Amino acid sequence: MKIVILKYNAGNIRSVTFALERIGVSPIVTGDIDEIQSADKVIFPGVGEASSAMHFLKEQKLDKVITDLKQPVLGICLGMQLMCNFSEEGNTNCLGIFDQKVSKFSHTNKVPQIGWNNIFDLSSNIFDHVNENEYMYFVHGYFVEVGSNTISKTNYGIDYSSALKKDNFYGVQFHPEKSGDAGQKILENFLSL
Amino acid sequence: MLTKRIIPCLDIKDGRTVKGVNFENIRDAGDPVELAIAYSAHGADELVFLDISATNEKRKTLSELVSRIAKNINIPFTVGGGISSIDDVCLLLNAGADKISINTAAFKNPQLIKELADRFGSQCVVVAIDTKYENNDWYVYLNGGKVKTEMRAVDWAKMAVSLGCGEILLTSMNNDGTKNGFSNDIIKLVSESVNVPVIASGGAGTMEHFKDTFVYGKADAALAASVFHFNEIGILDLKKYLKEQKIEVRI
Repeated sequence: MKIVILKYNAGNIRSVTFALERIGVSPIVTGDIDEIQSADKVIFPGVGEASSAMHFLKEQKLDKVITDLKQPVLGICLGMQLMCNFSEEGNTNCLGIFDQKVSKFSHTNKVPQIGWNNIFDLSSNIFDHVNENEYMYFVHGYFVEVGSNTISKTNYGIDYSSALKKDNFYGVQFHPEKSGDAGQKILENFLSL
Repeated sequence: MLTKRIIPCLDIKDGRTVKGVNFENIRDAGDPVELAIAYSAHGADELVFLDISATNEKRKTLSELVSRIAKNINIPFTVGGGISSIDDVCLLLNAGADKISINTAAFKNPQLIKELADRFGSQCVVVAIDTKYENNDWYVYLNGGKVKTEMRAVDWAKMAVSLGCGEILLTSMNNDGTKNGFSNDIIKLVSESVNVPVIASGGAGTMEHFKDTFVYGKADAALAASVFHFNEIGILDLKKYLKEQKIEVRI
């Protein structure tokens, strides 16, 4: 099985690589279009800032490549947010896979949200053998509201989407690569789709 | 609901843990990787590694260690100690650290915070503040607590956040090592003055101290070293206690 971790100008790629290696999978970390298109699974990670990330993806013509993929794709954190249609972070037009908007958390809460929070109303096979209300590790200042693509929710002042799915595209706001054994289970589920 | 975090801190020198530890089933208690795996298994929410050798020639040793830690644990960790440049940070993040902690270098050059936040994102920039109470106020100390400044801790915390830091690690020097409890007055003041998470540090001795810093200190996370290293408080026991006290924790 060929697993590609999409390489672009956002951090956190090492952590995802190490997490897959712990499962026994050796991913290819690349921004090469042929490699991405020929992968069995694509992981779109990222910690960073939306507008500069989108700018980079467009410059490398990766935006169209990602939206045209037919194999399972997993966006993590910023990767998931970039798969939405618009982000308030830098007022950025994103990839538009999920017809949802990314908004900034209001200042009634500490921003960014950093730490372990629970996920609930789980409704996808990537959560097989993951308990309702399981804790995941989150680090983010922007969120996606609950909508038709929502497959898990989390509460931070309000209920929001902690995971999204549409066709072959999956997105998780939390970091499965940093969320202990339960997070690892989600990665395993994605790899066995 | 977002949980309160429990964070063991490990001091590192030349790639080895410094303070003694008292764990069963650990082959090499001086190996930070072995300890990291054990803490992770015991339910730690996050780990902090503080490099106290922190000289340039040790940088490479540290980044190799960070890489070994990142390969072996599946919870987040922060690396601090003597970090003074974007290059230092780049090396550690590329090795697999989730966050870096800066202290004296940030105080001497506050723009470093902004540069790091712009380049790597606020979420990975932790500003560590060592503070001491004297003359009726809490002041910032530098160089591992050796150099006093005239800056009030709360003012520095606000400035650091305005420049883009994503988290404050606040250590009370009056309490550090005493096991008399955290300094909840300054922790509360800082926590209510900034809109980023505050990690309380210095003074943990009992499970009640952790409860107090969450309830009275409004801390988002609590960091401790010796009570965990010497197994005086087990992390799982602590979390069960906190849960009984109606404090949200990950168990």
